[in-house]
Amino acid sequence: MSNTPDPTPGTPPLAPPDLDLVEETGAVERVIERRRSITSLLPSRSPKLIAGLVILAVIVLYAIVMPHFVMDPRAISTDMLKPPGYGGHLLGTNQAGQDIWAQLAYGTGGSLVIGLTVGALATVLSAFFGVFGAYVGGAVDEGFALFTNVILVIPGLPLTIVIGNYVPVQQRGLFLISVVLAITSWAGSARVLRSVTMSVRNRDYVAAARISGEKTWRVLVVEILPNLIPVMASQLIFSVIFAILGEAGLSFLGLGANGTYTLGTILYFANQSLALTQGAWWWFIPPGLMIALLGMALSLVNFSIDEIINPKLRQSTRAAQRKWGLTPAQIKKSQEENLR
Amino acid sequence: MTDQTAPPPRHQTNPVLSVRDFSVDYLGAHTVHAVQHVSLELGRGEILGLAGESGCGKSTLAYGVTRLLRPPAMITSGQAVFHSREGFEIDISALTGEELRQFRWDKIAMVLQGAMNSLNPVISIRSQLEDVFTCHRPDMGRRERLDRCGELLERVGVERRRLRAFPHELSGGMRQRVMIAMALALDPQVLIMDEPTTALDVVVQREILDEIARLRAEFGFAVVFITHDLPLLLEIADRIAVMKAGRIVELNGSFELYTQPQDAYTKRLLASFPSLLGERGDFIRSGAYVPGADETDGKDG
Amino acid sequence: MRFYVQKLLFYVAAFWAALTLNFLIPRMMPGDPVSIILMKLAASGQPVTPETRQAIAIQLGGIGEGSWQSQYWRYLGNLAHGDLGVSISNYPVKVTDILQQALPWTITLIGLATVIAFLAGISLGIFAGWKRGSWLDNLIPAATAFQSVPYFWLALVLLLVFSRYLQWFPLGQGYDTMAFPILHPGLNWPFLSSAAYHAVLPALTIVLSSVAGWMLGMRNMMVSTLSEDYILTAQAKGLKPGRVRFTYAARNAVLPSLSGFAISLGFVVAGSIVTEQVFSYPGIGFQMWKAVSNNDYPLMQGTFLVISVAVLGANLLVDLLLGLIDPRTRARS
Repeated sequence: MSNTPDPTPGTPPLAPPDLDLVEETGAVERVIERRRSITSLLPSRSPKLIAGLVILAVIVLYAIVMPHFVMDPRAISTDMLKPPGYGGHLLGTNQAGQDIWAQLAYGTGGSLVIGLTVGALATVLSAFFGVFGAYVGGAVDEGFALFTNVILVIPGLPLTIVIGNYVPVQQRGLFLISVVLAITSWAGSARVLRSVTMSVRNRDYVAAARISGEKTWRVLVVEILPNLIPVMASQLIFSVIFAILGEAGLSFLGLGANGTYTLGTILYFANQSLALTQGAWWWFIPPGLMIALLGMALSLVNFSIDEIINPKLRQSTRAAQRKWGLTPAQIKKSQEENLR
Repeated sequence: MTDQTAPPPRHQTNPVLSVRDFSVDYLGAHTVHAVQHVSLELGRGEILGLAGESGCGKSTLAYGVTRLLRPPAMITSGQAVFHSREGFEIDISALTGEELRQFRWDKIAMVLQGAMNSLNPVISIRSQLEDVFTCHRPDMGRRERLDRCGELLERVGVERRRLRAFPHELSGGMRQRVMIAMALALDPQVLIMDEPTTALDVVVQREILDEIARLRAEFGFAVVFITHDLPLLLEIADRIAVMKAGRIVELNGSFELYTQPQDAYTKRLLASFPSLLGERGDFIRSGAYVPGADETDGKDG
Repeated sequence: MRFYVQKLLFYVAAFWAALTLNFLIPRMMPGDPVSIILMKLAASGQPVTPETRQAIAIQLGGIGEGSWQSQYWRYLGNLAHGDLGVSISNYPVKVTDILQQALPWTITLIGLATVIAFLAGISLGIFAGWKRGSWLDNLIPAATAFQSVPYFWLALVLLLVFSRYLQWFPLGQGYDTMAFPILHPGLNWPFLSSAAYHAVLPALTIVLSSVAGWMLGMRNMMVSTLSEDYILTAQAKGLKPGRVRFTYAARNAVLPSLSGFAISLGFVVAGSIVTEQVFSYPGIGFQMWKAVSNNDYPLMQGTFLVISVAVLGANLLVDLLLGLIDPRTRARS
């Protein structure tokens, strides 16, 4: 027996560290959860992400730039209910002879502003009730969780309608509508954030930071928040979609923001003036398409974020399969093995 | 463990599984050769240890042989032949669809890595056990099936009434016993165990190992025991294959491998584990000096 | 047992919260409903006296009469007697009568459409998740677009195509009001078939808009579940593919969809309210819209209560179902 003193007393018997073979093969066996580097938080450049970002950029640019080039969306004329192309009206005119292309330009901006405001407000609320509650734990967490769940099961849009209806029309501005939409829409995100925070909170390095006496806010901001960014981003995008759709619904019922053009108000006036029975499809098709396009772009971006949060979603997509360079025969064989 | 008479080479005279020139790649932008040209024979009733650190391809080899790989993992060469005790041979690599499904579990059963999650959390132990019979022994009656499931549990030391339990109601050790019971259901000739005791505490680990040894003596199945825990293999395995970067660097009887390791990697692997009795350091030093060997020796010497 | 008691208690608490919100909102908002109604009366040339003011206040559940506590107790007492006040726009019809007539329409339409959308979406999701990279899996981006289409807009488009141009379906209403002029035609075949015929487009709207959401959620969960160890075990066991797909993968993957049911149902209900308005469908959503446009506060609050109770009830059912199929939920409580 050797009596040489042991210079490395803490060497764990499992997973010997002096072996120089930490190979790529290790990555496929099991993904080890560790702190994410900044680059891993950025979405990979998938076709879905690029398509989403391009559509989004075009729409945002349209909403910012186009209002400077179009005529006054309120200007009435005698060209009533003219189809697209008539007299220089790109998308035709409505009942009052107003230019729909111009209304669409302004309306897209209005909807985007509401979407972003609600998204920001709802994210702050959900972070407070979800992240803070889960981090503090104990009675605060229990209370917050109960409150969140109660708000979650009370139907949001009907509540918004009731609140909206009690606010006098003159006071029903863009910001007030945003606030109402935000307070009825944060609960879902809060619940998701809470469960993610709980799992992050129990990771070893966070526990270490807590035990070593770091300040609460520091642990929250430095150790926990970076892990929540993808989830929060996904929830933010989700609230923006929700807000744009919710605002459209509210406006459609005549409870929208007063004196502002949004995609919803255009649809409201179209419906009020029986655009459908008059066959004036150019009045209500474009704003709805715009909402759908906007929603699709945001969802596509969200898809890429989801693939960061849950790497399993990245496996076996058609893009991944192409990268593997499998031959059709190999694909068939593997499907046979997996009995698909 | 220390018997000096050489055992008859079962893997040569009476193999149950022959793997020849077996390779598996993980396809992708950088294709990883996870298993490279591996050949080995598994003797009927023997315990073959497959050792190596995580990522060395030992699990991939086992899943490849049983054709449980998912893309991007692909078998790129070789074959695995199963020699049934009834005398016929099955080329596992050539099985398709329904034949493959019927072959699984009936001839080669598995206890998988991450045993804690190997049971479906939302259906009862009973229906997970019964699934094996309803699929492979469709003629079996309801009554008989239930009896067999109860027997299986008792065989591994779990009470029959646990049939009604759900996985979350069982301890880790008990879940692993259930998995072993399930693996034994169809009286398989080969049992592949992938890190079956890694997640368990030492006492439970010991119980499970004893159980496996006892059951093997009773039913005579061969075991491929995959682990990174070389000392454990030295104790239970008849032969040990050491894998590194997708290749078998050394394959020998446990005692020979322990006393006269040939490959430098095997030596380092042996040296990196503290010895319980302290004799191992002497052997190594009598063979060839390995840097770092005395560091771990000092602890218990 | 503990699980079920806890769930029931939670929904009682949520119900109480909905009741209280319904009480608080009219009293906390800047607008004074009594004045708004008085202004409306005055505008239509009716005499307005202090007695009118008081009468309206009583009709609105005693807003501004006495302390908040006494108002609150009176409000709860009225509810306990099933008294939701009198509709202003349909004076003097009781709100409960209007709701009673509207409720079956909504429950049938939204209930059926939601069940169909759920089942279809879950099935498509199972398939898309099981066969990664298949044609269905690649329809996902298109599905996200459908998910973001406003319900009412889709309703308008469907009406434009199938009613106005193709004239396959009626433009609105819940049944043929010409053929059945009386209020309660009874549950006979001609009436039911007329109702079913009129329900096609509204139901199609709800199904088309909500199916993508269920499908996406299920597909993602299916993909996650398929990489679990117990799926590999099931395959190693040589189980039949159908057994692995449904009992091992889909059964586990559907659980998050069910526990996220509350969020999704909120969307469906919101969308359906506006959809009913587009089709003039004689349900709760349409009544809510009418109440909003007529400042009919008692009716509006009644509809809010009914919708809340229905949504709470649906969520409770799903929660109980979840407890039934996921033994872990029962153990956790």
